[in-house]
Amino acid sequence: MIIPHPLLGPRDAQEFVYLGDASLMNRPDGMTAGIEAFHDWLYQRDNPAGIHRELWYHEQGDRSWLVVTRNTLTHEILGAELARDVARAMGRTK
Amino acid sequence: MRYSGLRVIAEALTGHKGWKPVWRDPAPQPDYDIVIVGGGGHGLATAYYLAKEFGQKRIAVLEKGWLGSGNVGRNTTIIRSNYLLDGNEPFYEFSLRLWEGLEQDFNYNAMVSQRGIINLIHTDAQRDAFTRRGNAMILNGADAELLDQAQVRAMYPFLNFDNARFPIKGALMQRRGGTVRHDAVAWGYARGADSRGVDLIQNCEVTGMRIAGGRILGLETTRGFIGARKVGVAVAGSSSRVMAHAGLRLPIESHALQAFVSEGLKPFIDGVMTFGAGHFYVSQSDKGGLVFGGDIDGYNSYAARGNLPVIEDVAEGGMALMPAIGRARLLRIWGGIMDMSMDGSPIIDRTPVEGLYFNGGWCYGGFKATPASGWCFAHLLARDEPHPTARAYRFDRFLRGLMIDEKGQGAQPNLH
Repeated sequence: MIIPHPLLGPRDAQEFVYLGDASLMNRPDGMTAGIEAFHDWLYQRDNPAGIHRELWYHEQGDRSWLVVTRNTLTHEILGAELARDVARAMGRTK
Repeated sequence: MRYSGLRVIAEALTGHKGWKPVWRDPAPQPDYDIVIVGGGGHGLATAYYLAKEFGQKRIAVLEKGWLGSGNVGRNTTIIRSNYLLDGNEPFYEFSLRLWEGLEQDFNYNAMVSQRGIINLIHTDAQRDAFTRRGNAMILNGADAELLDQAQVRAMYPFLNFDNARFPIKGALMQRRGGTVRHDAVAWGYARGADSRGVDLIQNCEVTGMRIAGGRILGLETTRGFIGARKVGVAVAGSSSRVMAHAGLRLPIESHALQAFVSEGLKPFIDGVMTFGAGHFYVSQSDKGGLVFGGDIDGYNSYAARGNLPVIEDVAEGGMALMPAIGRARLLRIWGGIMDMSMDGSPIIDRTPVEGLYFNGGWCYGGFKATPASGWCFAHLLARDEPHPTARAYRFDRFLRGLMIDEKGQGAQPNLH
């Protein structure tokens, strides 16, 4: 699989480490969220057959985190964004 | 029809005209007491034990393709009970004991071959860890032996004992481990269940679940609505897709695992060998092909095929362990979809929907579990309480902090 890195262009997926569903970026607030919310965030997955937004870390590259959109039925990669940009678009500072 | 040597001889003398189809192909009834979703090894074993051991009637198994068309026919056929943790080892030892009596029990030749399995040791720390594991196995009634380098050399003189990175120092051996003809397991269970009145309904995909008042009423399928008092889902690989019909999210990711078979070679590997440090394991089939594999591909997938980097990694592991295989050609490579759970261990449990039960999360180790999985799931479905060896396989173990994490990797399914 070739991941279209927004800064570096097409890169082999072997340069990356896979973490999982991009919803892992949305960690609940530890001071206010209950244990059930933390459980759901850490352990439960949608695990869709089809379009999946997921976190890849460019460990053997520029060490940026990407949100890659990929089809889990075909392995086709539909796009990649910097996770930083995705987080900022959600209103976070970093 | 009961199979026996006498029967084979009698049929041979009469032109083999007496063999009958091994199971019926019934149309679905409007409703059943218990419906099992998934006609693979685990689903068929569940139906078989429900009928045979738990006295249940009016059972159906729904399969979207043909019987045994999923992972039961796509694995590398290894059976073993060499686990460390209390939540796992009694269950897998129960499974190995069922394997030992399986062919007599369901009167079908599944080619259960207890040819022994070894896990190679490369360091003192690994020897300590495997000693502990072996002791845990023995404490749970399984067999385990620690082999030194000379003993491993006597068994497999052609291994690369002096590999600079991973010299072979010994092995943990379980002599009762081995291999089984995987398709025959599905066929044997299917035949046994069918002969006890279970309806095996093929080409019948579940498209929805009818739930009212928090209780399951039945299943919408491609062959119409089928009512059910209880529904057991055993569709590992597709668990999230099927359970989504009940609005449930699972602690599971689907990942692709590849398996490999070489061209047929003269017999030279008697047993099963795992080279964990090199992410490689191998056995030799009765036809002579080396059956081997390594890691999962490591990203969510429902594609039932993997990619080239893992193929390269597995081939490198094989060459590091056994340089002799360098000229062997690969015959086949294929992929299957695994339910990778958040702690690497399975789930056999009730769900929040009354009457709906779940069996899944088998990661890449479901085949060896087939008999015990079926037995324990049947126990849960019939009696509404978990089997003693499967008590730990609950959904809420993640909420309660009671994970069964053999590798200690945490909630990172692609590392289990």
